[in-house]
Amino acid sequence: MSFDQIRSVDAVSQALAGQGYLAGRPLALAVHLAITLEQPLLLEGEAGVGKTEVARALAAATGARLIRLQCHEGIDLHHALYDWDYQRQLLALRAAEGGIDEGALFSRRFLLRRPLLEALEHDGPVVLLIDEIDRADDEFEAFLLELLSDFAVTIPEIGTVAAADRPVVVLTSNRTRELHDALKRRCLYHWIDYPAPEREREIVKARIAGVPEAVAARVVAAVGRLREQGDLYKQPGVGETLVWAQALLVLGEEADLDQTLGAALKVHEDVVRVRERKVLEGV
Amino acid sequence: MSEAVTERISSLAALMRSQGSRIGVGELLGAHSALVAVDATSREDAKLAMRAVLCSSHADLERFELAFDAVFGDRSRPTEDGLVSELGAIEKAALPRVGIPGQEGHEPQIGEPPVLAPAAYSSVELLRHRDFALYTDSEMALSRQLIARLARRGPSRLSRRRRPSRRRGHEPDLRRTIRASLRTAGEPLDRHWRGRSRRPRQVVLVCDVSGSMAPYARMLLQYLHACVAARRRVEAFAFGTRLTRITHELGGRDHDLALERAAAAVSDFSGGTRIGAALAELNRVHGRRVGRGAVVVILSDGWDRGDPAELDAEMARLRRSSHRLVWLNPLAAHPDFEPLTRGMRAAVPHTDELLPGNSLASLEELANLLEEV
Repeated sequence: MSFDQIRSVDAVSQALAGQGYLAGRPLALAVHLAITLEQPLLLEGEAGVGKTEVARALAAATGARLIRLQCHEGIDLHHALYDWDYQRQLLALRAAEGGIDEGALFSRRFLLRRPLLEALEHDGPVVLLIDEIDRADDEFEAFLLELLSDFAVTIPEIGTVAAADRPVVVLTSNRTRELHDALKRRCLYHWIDYPAPEREREIVKARIAGVPEAVAARVVAAVGRLREQGDLYKQPGVGETLVWAQALLVLGEEADLDQTLGAALKVHEDVVRVRERKVLEGV
Repeated sequence: MSEAVTERISSLAALMRSQGSRIGVGELLGAHSALVAVDATSREDAKLAMRAVLCSSHADLERFELAFDAVFGDRSRPTEDGLVSELGAIEKAALPRVGIPGQEGHEPQIGEPPVLAPAAYSSVELLRHRDFALYTDSEMALSRQLIARLARRGPSRLSRRRRPSRRRGHEPDLRRTIRASLRTAGEPLDRHWRGRSRRPRQVVLVCDVSGSMAPYARMLLQYLHACVAARRRVEAFAFGTRLTRITHELGGRDHDLALERAAAAVSDFSGGTRIGAALAELNRVHGRRVGRGAVVVILSDGWDRGDPAELDAEMARLRRSSHRLVWLNPLAAHPDFEPLTRGMRAAVPHTDELLPGNSLASLEELANLLEEV
């Protein structure tokens, strides 16, 4: 299935479901718009609700190449776009004993292509995932803004590189800081919420092969109770639900939820609180 | 040159300083030389000469006009003319009065011992140690610029982003080294280095706007606004019984509009206090904004009607997730202050620093502290 075949919200839902990603209708609609309008899609949501998975499933479903740029503090052009292979340049300089001109030294032979340039130059459909954009700094965000508006960059030594086909761009943010309004304006925005219990059960069954209905129901009910506690520092996401279900599979269906609480809660105070209140009793 | 002129130039400079101009001794000496150089009998020439020396920016010009009228004003004419009369009542009230010679014009005679006064002695100096609770509206207006200046100072941290550096021994900058080696026939003679740069560290300001803090909340919110306007990566919250994020509301240049928006967003102005509950919300809902590495400043008097155990637990959590936890308590300025209220007793063990927060001087102390962390 290629992007051209995904021309409706239902088609997006089906394509993602084929990869084990059960998207709610709002999310499917946002993805559909991102594909048809050729606009980047900005996904926000609590940790572990499957922001990154959207891009992965979309790429797998369409046979597009997934190119991922993981943002981090201090990321700059040379991590994200291109860099020169300095070691080889130095070797070439030594070998030529100075008889090498600048054009030869800064040619494609010595160019290292980083994810963004890969995405621009790749021949064929691409899903470009820019993960955790909130970790990059303002300068990088400004550069990205420019790239996302024309999908072309200029490398001084080589010239302008433009994408033949616009890649489908998915950005994710954990909201550790507010993104710049200009960047947000350029993107479609979708907030991924925790799934409803029925959907979460479906997700567990779709993602873990051979999981019994009973285990899925039990884990989802337990996670639901944890999320109801308004005062946990860190609520369990879908990722935690999956790990918990796997833990129960390994230990046997009747394993104690309380003993495996560490699969879902990672803050000591939360664990203590849940145990004190006997939140999981009867699940 | 006569004592009288010297003194008047000093007053003129003090007046301009109090409005934010930077005038040092050098400019004062320059003003004297300038006066000697021009025809001293022409009032206009003298004024222009001093203006040329004392003003160094466009904003200074207006200050100079005001100060000149105040100090060298023609006493035979009514004093309210020109620029002064164009000002509104509040601006007029905000004009510094200390440092302006008395209206009756006591001109010191030669031989009479001069009254010694510090060069920068102005109402701003007096304001520095004045308790915020005693501020009049005009004093608030006058302090605005000083607060804006204090708000620009904040913490920084080392970034992982590298910048070209002059110091040898950092990381080699291969890109620039190779570029430079092209000039020396491929021989990397000229080596370049790069090192880590500094970036602003996140600051989270949490201001108590409950009833007991009402006298201080106005000024502290003004500080919050100035911080949001002046620096990147600042988050502002207000709380009484519940927490409200006011970063967006405080944004923008218009001071009054920002404070109005913030007041409208905070539903429980001058109500009760539940610090623990407010911090619980900060830890949970905004935990990611507080993030690792933020300096958290809580501005509160610690009068808490909530559960001390909750406050204790939430302060402990906040302390662990932040870089530094500072508590600004207006009551701490009192010499006999002891953190005895239930709230303070629970909070103090978790704070890195407890500062008074009742005057410009104490905000200055905070700015000094922020720059160090």
